Amino acid sequence: MPNLIPDAEVLCEQLAAKIAEQLTADSVLIGVHTGGVWLAERLHAMLGISEPLGTLDVAFYRDDYSSRGLHARPRKSEIPFDIDDRPVILVDDVLYTGRTTRAALNELFDYGRPGRVELAVLVDRGERQLPIAPTYCAHTLTEPLPAGSRLRLVRDDAGVLSLRLLDA
Amino acid sequence: MHNPQLNAKGELQHLLTLDGLPRAILEQILDIAEPFTEVAEREVKKLPLLRGKSVFNVFFENSTRTRTTFEIAAKRLSADVINLNVATSSTNKGETLLDTIDNLCAMGADMFVVRHASSGAPYLIAEHLQATGREHISVVNAGDGRHAHPTQGLLDMYTIRHYKKDFTNLTVAVVGDVLHSRVARSEIAALTTLGVPEVRVIGPKTLLPTDLERMGVRVFHDMREGLKGVDVVMMLRLQNERMQGALLPSSQEYFKVWGLTPEKLALAKPDAIVLHPGPMNRGVEIDSAVADGQNAVILPQVTFGIAVRMAVMSMLAGGK
Repeated sequence: MPNLIPDAEVLCEQLAAKIAEQLTADSVLIGVHTGGVWLAERLHAMLGISEPLGTLDVAFYRDDYSSRGLHARPRKSEIPFDIDDRPVILVDDVLYTGRTTRAALNELFDYGRPGRVELAVLVDRGERQLPIAPTYCAHTLTEPLPAGSRLRLVRDDAGVLSLRLLDA
Repeated sequence: MHNPQLNAKGELQHLLTLDGLPRAILEQILDIAEPFTEVAEREVKKLPLLRGKSVFNVFFENSTRTRTTFEIAAKRLSADVINLNVATSSTNKGETLLDTIDNLCAMGADMFVVRHASSGAPYLIAEHLQATGREHISVVNAGDGRHAHPTQGLLDMYTIRHYKKDFTNLTVAVVGDVLHSRVARSEIAALTTLGVPEVRVIGPKTLLPTDLERMGVRVFHDMREGLKGVDVVMMLRLQNERMQGALLPSSQEYFKVWGLTPEKLALAKPDAIVLHPGPMNRGVEIDSAVADGQNAVILPQVTFGIAVRMAVMSMLAGGK
């Protein structure tokens, strides 16, 4: 079995350690719904960031809207601080084609002009369709996952995070 | 039964009336509207959903507020918006409604927002588009005759849900000139579908339609009696311009009996909210003290109206 699905809790600790090395006093975290927000909530607490957590739902910026329409119930994006000239760390659970990150970047720039944007992800599953790379990544898959399968972060009732591979 | 508003997959294709629209669709519109309210707080008040689409506001009857809020909604979704005041244009030169629509289609319309004095005009346009293989073009009814004003009904539902959270424990009163009101018809349809257990209609006999009880509402001809213990008061505008013949003695007389004053509002629950679709006739159906008072949510209604119209347009334009 080339790809063992790693323990999300362990990866979360490792990701926090990687970010902590580069963290500046004015850094802010913005999680991308839904898995990215759960992860960002953890990182926000572990890194002791003073500004509240920001969240983005990229539903209104997706590039498949004209073919697929609006599907899941979109949530409010909330960025309760000024992002102009600040270092922003975008947080998502899994980096795959890069299209979600593209949408998140577009949405982010409708709130202002950040000084720097970095990307933190728990898992990079490869197979990018856009020129996007993570700044911080806890785990990189060595082999492609089956086409159409979805790798998702899930959170149980006790708040424990884990990664699940869902079939197409 | 065939519902011309829904496509084969049961998704919203046109928005013509709230009557007969499934609860799931109503709730979906309200859910999608919620995140749109946040856009007004951003530096760039725009979303890219309708980029490259042309929305034609075709108003065969005058309206400032409805047209403006549709225009803002479409522009916040990045659409190109073309406003046509047909009331002062080609139909006066003898062009038929469907010829006007065909011409606008030839100009590249993706969506029509239609206001018309005749009930059923938006239906006629939707069926015409359907019959001529132009299903990709959507129609939104922005008020047709005495029939329906679905986006007003939806923004009222959004407002109620915003303040009261749950529809299933509410008593709601619709007050005034129901006979001439397309708003009232849309409100009653939506309230019933969303599970409001008690909808009351309050008004003088001459301004209430005769078939009201069939719509599942309780009718009151005494305002004080009808307002007792209600959670929501939905005022209607006295439709002076639609009034033909002597249905009322005078507007002063109307105010005395049917105007919402602080004294009458005191019969409702203390935390009752007061809605009005605008434009208000102060001193006719509503006292200034109520219109400007703490129970009134009339200005939030206008703001929510933009988000609700954004939700409708983005549901219609996507997935084609």
